[in-house]
Amino acid sequence: MPIDTELFFSALRALTPILFAALGGALCERAGVFNISLEGTLLIGCFTAVAGSWFTGSPWLGVLFAMVAGILFSLILAVGTVTLKGNSIVLCVAMNLLALGLTTYLLRTVFGAQGSFTDPNLQGLSRIDIPLVADIPLVGPVVSGHSPLVYLSWVAVVVLAVMLRRHVWGLRLRGVGETPDAAESLGVSVSRYRYAAIMTSGALCGLGGAQLALGNVTLFAENMTAGRGWIAVVAVMLGAAAPVGVFLAGGLFGVAEALGYRLQGLGMPQQAADAAPYLVTLVALFLAARRVRRQAQAATTSTADGGSDPTPEAAAPVGPQRE
Amino acid sequence: MSRTTSPVVKGERGGLWTAIAPRLRGLVFSPVTFALAAGLALAVVILLATGANPLTAIGALFVGAFGEDGISDTISQAIPIVGLAIALAIPLRAGLVNLGGEGQLVLGAMAAVVTGLYSPFPGFVTLVLALVAGMVAGGLYACIAALGEIKFGVPLLVTSLLLSYPAMSFASYLVRHPLREEGSALPQTQRVPAEAHLASFDIGPAHISVGAVLVLVVIVLFTVSDARTPGGYEVRMTGLGPRFAAYAGVNRNRLTLRLLFISGSLAGMVGAILMLGFPYRFIDGALITPAYVWTGLMAALLAAAAPVGTAIAAAFFAALSVGGFGMERATEVPRELSAVLQAVIIVFLAARTGMFRRKRQRDTANGDED
Repeated sequence: MPIDTELFFSALRALTPILFAALGGALCERAGVFNISLEGTLLIGCFTAVAGSWFTGSPWLGVLFAMVAGILFSLILAVGTVTLKGNSIVLCVAMNLLALGLTTYLLRTVFGAQGSFTDPNLQGLSRIDIPLVADIPLVGPVVSGHSPLVYLSWVAVVVLAVMLRRHVWGLRLRGVGETPDAAESLGVSVSRYRYAAIMTSGALCGLGGAQLALGNVTLFAENMTAGRGWIAVVAVMLGAAAPVGVFLAGGLFGVAEALGYRLQGLGMPQQAADAAPYLVTLVALFLAARRVRRQAQAATTSTADGGSDPTPEAAAPVGPQRE
Repeated sequence: MSRTTSPVVKGERGGLWTAIAPRLRGLVFSPVTFALAAGLALAVVILLATGANPLTAIGALFVGAFGEDGISDTISQAIPIVGLAIALAIPLRAGLVNLGGEGQLVLGAMAAVVTGLYSPFPGFVTLVLALVAGMVAGGLYACIAALGEIKFGVPLLVTSLLLSYPAMSFASYLVRHPLREEGSALPQTQRVPAEAHLASFDIGPAHISVGAVLVLVVIVLFTVSDARTPGGYEVRMTGLGPRFAAYAGVNRNRLTLRLLFISGSLAGMVGAILMLGFPYRFIDGALITPAYVWTGLMAALLAAAAPVGTAIAAAFFAALSVGGFGMERATEVPRELSAVLQAVIIVFLAARTGMFRRKRQRDTANGDED
C-alpha cells in the first residue's frame, strides 16, 4: 500500500498556524509570562491579513499588516501584566473575547459582510515548488508545494531553538523567566525582555493568522481559529516550551486534523472529523502528564531510598511554573 | 461590640452622609467603575470613528434593552447569562477557571431533550427528570477536567475548554442524525411534549419563564452558602491563598472536584431550562451562537465572582447584548459593538486591578498602614 503523501502534506499545512502561535507562547513561557491570548491574537492576524491583502492587492502586505496588528494587540497583554501587574489569565481571556467581538464588528463595518468574507479578487499566498526536492520520491510531495510561511515556520523553529540555547539574548530571556530577581540584580531588565517576548509572540501569531486565512484558505470567517490558539497553548505544555518540542506536539494536531478529513471521506460523520483533533490533543495531554507524574514518583522513591534529591524538572507538573 | 457601636457613633457625629460617604467614595474610585467608564469612552470613540452619532446609538441601546418591547428580551437573555455567570463564578471563587461552560451547557441541553422526548412518565415528573438529567450530564462532564487537574496535574483551564469542542461535535452529530426531526431539513430535534414545558407568567410588560425563578433560587443559595457555610468559607479561603488553605486543612482536590461538578451542573441546568422553554427543542448551534457562556464568564470576572455582584453584572451584560440589537435597528451600528464593549471593560478591569495592587505594595514598602 503506497504511503499517503497527501495526508502528511495536509498535516504540515494544518500545523503551521498552530506552530507559529505555539512558538510565541513558548517564548512567553520562557520569559515567565503565561500567555493564553494566542487564540485572540491569531484571529486578529487572520482578519488583518485578509483586510491588508484586500485593500492593497498584495497578500504579502497582508502578512506584514497581520504581524503589526499582532504586535499591537499583544501590547495589551504586555502593558497589562508587565507594567501594571494585572492578572494574566483574566486579561488573556478578555483579549480572546475582545478579538472575537472586534473581528466580527469589523467584518460588518469594513466589508459589510456577516459570517464570512471572501472574494475572487482576494489574493492568497502562492505556493512554492522547491527545485530538486520536489522530485524526491515520498519526501518531495510532502515537503514541496507549500506557501512560503510554512517554510518560514520551520526556519523559526531552528532559529528560536538556537537562540534560546546559544545566544546571549535567549539565555537572558530564560533567566528572566526562571529567576527574575536574580536577573534584575545582574542588571538585566525583566520588563524589557518580557515586552520583547510578548511582542514577538504577537508577530508570530500574526504570521500564523496570515497562513490560516491566506495560505490554508483564502477568506475570513467569524471565529475561524476555532480553538487553534488553545491547541497551541497545549503544544507549549507538551513541548516543555522548547521550539522543537512544540513542533512535534503541534504536529500531533496537524496529523489528527488531516486524518479526520480523510476519515470523513470514507463516510465518517463530519462531527467526528471536527472533534478528532481536540480529542487527540486531550489524550496526548493526559498521557504526557502521566509520564511526568511517574518520573516525579520515581524521583521521590529514589530519595526515600536514600538516593539524591529529585531534580526540580522531574518534579515539576505539566504547565506553567508558578510559585 | 465595637462593630455594633461603630455605626451609631458615626451616625451621631455626622449623620447619614458621614456613613455613606466612604462607601460612595469606594464605589466611585473602584476598579469596576473605572473599567465601565473606560469602556464607555472607548465606545464613544469607536462610534465617532465609524461616523455614528454616539448619543443616538447609546440612547437606542438603552431603549432597546429596557423599553416596552425590549424588557422581555432582556429578561429572556438574562436567564442563561446570569445562570452561566453564577455557574462559572462558583469555581472562580476558589481560583479555579472553568472555560468549558459551552460543552457542559450543550450536553445538559441534549440530556434534557432526550429525557423530555423519551421519558414514559407524566408531564411534571418528566420536567423534573429533564432538569436533573441536564444537571447530571453537565456536572459529570465538568468532572473530567477536574480529574485531569487532580490526577494528572493538567491545568483545568485548558482541558475544560478543549473538552467543549468534542461535546459540541457530539451534540451536533446527535441532532443531525439519530435525533433529527422527521421530515425536517433543519438540524433540530422534535419538540418536547407540551406537558413537560416550563411555564411562564407576566409581570407588567415583562414575560418571564419559570427558569428565571430557578436561576434566582440558585443565586440565593450561592449567596447564602458563600457567606454562611463552612464550605463557602473554605472556597473563599482557597481563592485568597491556596497554600494557606491547604495548611489549614482544606482538601483542595476534593474541593476542586466538588466545585467543578456544581459548576457543570448549573451550566447543564441552564441548558435544560433553555430546552424546556421556547422553542422547546434542540437546534444545532442555537446555544453557541449567542455566546452566553463567554458573556457569563466576563460578568463573573467583572464582579470578581462575588455572588450578588456576578448576578448584577450578568444582567447588565444581558441588557447590553439585547440593547445591541436595538441599537442596530435604530442606527445601523453593528450589534457586535456590545461584545467589544464587554471585553474592553474586562481588559481595563484586569489592568486597573493590577495597578491598585502595585500602589498598595509601594505604600506598604514605605511603612504605611493600609
